[in-house]
Amino acid sequence: MSQLYLSSSPHVHSGETTSAVMRAVIYSLIPACLVAVYFFGPSALSVLLIATLGCLATEAVCQRLMRQPVTISDGSAAITGILLALNLPPTCPWWMTLLGAVIAIAVGKQVYGGLGANPFNPALVARVVLLISFPVQMTTWSKPAPIGSGLDLVTTATPLGEWKNAVMLTGKMPEAASGSTINYLLGNMPGCVGEVSALALLLGAAYLFYRKILTWHIPVTFVGTVVVLSGIFWLVNPAKYPDPIFHLLTGGLVLGAFYMATDMVTTPVSPKGMLIFGVGCGVLTVLIRLFGGYPEGVSFAILLMNAATPLIDRYTRPKIFGALKAEGAK
Amino acid sequence: MIAAIALGFAAKKFAVEVDPRELAAMEVLPGANCGACGFPGCAGFAKAVIDGKAEINQCPPGGADVVAKLARILGVEATTAAREVAVVLCQGDNQKAKLKFQYLGLEDCNAAQKIAGGAKACPGGCLGLGSCERICPFDAIEMTADGLAVISREKCTGCKKCIAVCPRNVIRMTPYESTTHVLCNSNDKGALVRKYCQIGCIGCHICKKTVPDAYVIENFLATVVYEEDADAAEAIDKCPTKCICDFSEGYPDGSIFVAVKDDNSDAA
Amino acid sequence: MKLKTFKGGIHPPDNKQWSEHKAIEDCPLPDELIVPLSQHIGAPAVACVEVGQQVAKGQEIGAAKGFVSVPVHAPTSGEVVAIESRPHPGGASLPAVVIRADGEDRWSGDLQGADPSSLSVEEIVEKVRSAGVVGMGGAAFPAHVKMSPPPEKPIRTLVFNGVECEPYLTADHRMMLEETERVLQGVAILQYVYGAERVVIGVEANKPDAIALLQKECADNPVEVMPLEVKYPQGAEKQLISAATGREVPSGGLPMDVGVAVHNVSSAAAVTDAVMLGRPLIERICTVTGPAIREPKNLRIRIGMPLSHLVGVCGGLTEEPGKIILGGPMMGFTQAGLDAPTTRGTSGLLLLRDEDVAKSPEGPCIRCARCVDACPMNLLPTTIAAYSRRDLVAEAEEYCAMDCIECGSCSYVCPACLPLVQSIRYGKAAVLAKKRNS
Repeated sequence: MSQLYLSSSPHVHSGETTSAVMRAVIYSLIPACLVAVYFFGPSALSVLLIATLGCLATEAVCQRLMRQPVTISDGSAAITGILLALNLPPTCPWWMTLLGAVIAIAVGKQVYGGLGANPFNPALVARVVLLISFPVQMTTWSKPAPIGSGLDLVTTATPLGEWKNAVMLTGKMPEAASGSTINYLLGNMPGCVGEVSALALLLGAAYLFYRKILTWHIPVTFVGTVVVLSGIFWLVNPAKYPDPIFHLLTGGLVLGAFYMATDMVTTPVSPKGMLIFGVGCGVLTVLIRLFGGYPEGVSFAILLMNAATPLIDRYTRPKIFGALKAEGAK
Repeated sequence: MIAAIALGFAAKKFAVEVDPRELAAMEVLPGANCGACGFPGCAGFAKAVIDGKAEINQCPPGGADVVAKLARILGVEATTAAREVAVVLCQGDNQKAKLKFQYLGLEDCNAAQKIAGGAKACPGGCLGLGSCERICPFDAIEMTADGLAVISREKCTGCKKCIAVCPRNVIRMTPYESTTHVLCNSNDKGALVRKYCQIGCIGCHICKKTVPDAYVIENFLATVVYEEDADAAEAIDKCPTKCICDFSEGYPDGSIFVAVKDDNSDAA
Repeated sequence: MKLKTFKGGIHPPDNKQWSEHKAIEDCPLPDELIVPLSQHIGAPAVACVEVGQQVAKGQEIGAAKGFVSVPVHAPTSGEVVAIESRPHPGGASLPAVVIRADGEDRWSGDLQGADPSSLSVEEIVEKVRSAGVVGMGGAAFPAHVKMSPPPEKPIRTLVFNGVECEPYLTADHRMMLEETERVLQGVAILQYVYGAERVVIGVEANKPDAIALLQKECADNPVEVMPLEVKYPQGAEKQLISAATGREVPSGGLPMDVGVAVHNVSSAAAVTDAVMLGRPLIERICTVTGPAIREPKNLRIRIGMPLSHLVGVCGGLTEEPGKIILGGPMMGFTQAGLDAPTTRGTSGLLLLRDEDVAKSPEGPCIRCARCVDACPMNLLPTTIAAYSRRDLVAEAEEYCAMDCIECGSCSYVCPACLPLVQSIRYGKAAVLAKKRNS
């Protein structure tokens, strides 16, 4: 049999495939996972495992049911699982985690046609569904109990939640902030499995930048907008509004800006569109955090901007090479 | 509220007068908007029929049924055309026919045909990339696991879209009543055909010797004379390469379409 | 100093190490040469010899038909043994004149050279046309057409393309190094023809020896030798103009719309031969390379040599090739065999092994936007490709499918391994068909 191949040009490829990209993203999430397991112990580990395995299983089942080739080895379902786990509280019961995994893949991804066709970030869809359906479990946080410290997980509020409660009740900042900036940076604070350690997340993001999988547009504009906007509020009324550093390091901003808002499938393709997307996410996050009912707004902000993505794409088509002068010439 | 009233008014005031017969015609048409009539969609055809710009038998998917209904609407006599179905004149799937090379790229017959004339060694053979399957508005075409397009006689409405899209002209319209076909589209000499296809016509004339009226051989390729094909099936067993096939006896191997004995006599 | 370039583009491994230091070798003549009558963009030439006729090297054997057409010439002396359809590098079988070489390689006596300074512009253009000179970078557009811009579009800047941004290929590189004189003669002739004020030779910075040599040779004339950033597709006409002059050729326009003309350096050398020696374009430099060839070489080939002959001259194959590519790996054409002959546009013959062939199955687009970043025309390749695949012709056109230069950058970077360029090409054909019908 002839083994000669013929094809249309080009005949070479960079070798960078979808699964290689997905693998790189998984590697980049390892530090955050390790930090989570260190601070929250076995419960974090079980959330991670259940979410990841749940997503893989759901993807396989969905694709089998729809008589499509099963593509769980491409890594995209695993990423959804890990990101979902990182967005859940460590005390999340196993059945909720599993439910989240099923929702993420089945409702968030496969109903739209699978990888590449989903308009919303699947992990965030699942998180928001869980948050609305089970508000108590989803906002029950625990203080970190680092492995070896002998501490048990003690129920408490997140720094953002603490602030929100105080503002809601008294209209003022809480008396004593529960943590210091350095603790926020390291992740030694109550919060979702993966959102606590900004440092670990940034380490992973740095790897993705190095691999050129992340571009600066969305994370920088997202974080920048949050810092600027929250900074303005803080300057106006420091007694009521927290400072930008607090906004930056508590809650899910870093996780959101570097991993959730940069999901390629659900964000604009043009650089200009990405900038608008990032700014939009930042504005919505600050507005929800400061004026909304929920203490945390990153997930909602990103999902809302996901919905706007087709529109953004439509109005931010890059100017093609030679476009300007064409009009002049005609 | 005011806007709603305004809209209601506008709808009444600017309503376009539509010939009620046009609406009636729309009702009876299949609604597939396949374009086989040559007008933009079923609505376009309905308008054309009422305006006298189209014949009532120009809707192949609708068949005799639609012709009769349109005739009633217009108050004219039904003029039926014989039902025709499309047939893929090839059985050379990836098991039976050789490739010149391996094609990599877009899963589309027209794109593949541009690369050195398509990978299939036979110049007339089905490329098997499913362009016809995708364009068929009636799900009448199926690609077998070995890469061959097969058209269901029962589902095909004769809209000819597959014929327009096929870069190799391997699909032909045939009378619905005729079930025996020479499934080959190669005009190469027999010796060459044997080199690249196990199941192609080699132009040996045996079929013509068996049933002289039912076959003609031109350019080393036998074809059924559909006007005289009553006994054409007698040659099936005589054909040395088994390239004559009776679709009432079954579709080519690998097809999920099953043979349906023709008891659909009201279609004629 | 920051090197000039364009926006977008990719950095594929250039793989020029196989052949970039190999001096040009004359390729011995095969017994039979197959000269296709269609070797250029435009109407094919019409055979003007008969079977059995003796022809001399350089004699016209196919006459041009129309303005956008050029004649073809006998690449060696010998007997015309057939005028028939033969395999063409484009894939189909097309009419060709088959010549059995007599081994004497005798030039036709009719060829007259001249001192370009004694000729008028029209005379030079006519000499170039009758010599069958075409763009030798690959597109093979007749040079005389380019050299006759309408009077309202004066050419102020003349750009020579010595970029050779296709990986593997080193033919233009060796040309600039070893035949500097011929190239610069042609540059001077073309400058005279166009009356251009500024002349630039753009060379990618991965050819420092060629840049140094050209700069030395051009020290006392106004020709500017411009090193350019190593990036694909730096040698694409519009991208080269953008780098060299900072001007963007308008969408749907030609270089002359911004007062620029671009010629390949090898075409310049062919112009020199055509004008000063009266010799037609019957030979060129071709890089035979790739991991499946035993001995990569830069060969001086005649037009009409079967590819199998070139492979033989280069020591044969190390194994069954996985892909045979005429031209470079980014924009070249795959061949179904080695029967086709070389043409005026054959800048390289690339033989890949089975393991070098990119065979990854395509997956769904994950909207990673790498194609958007890579596109030198600043298009949205994945969007155009998706529309094209769904036969949404009007939408594909609206997203500027027709501006695609088919450089292949998007397909190269696509992690889903989508055949983006092929899809867009398909869409472009549909757009053109629609325009023809309306």
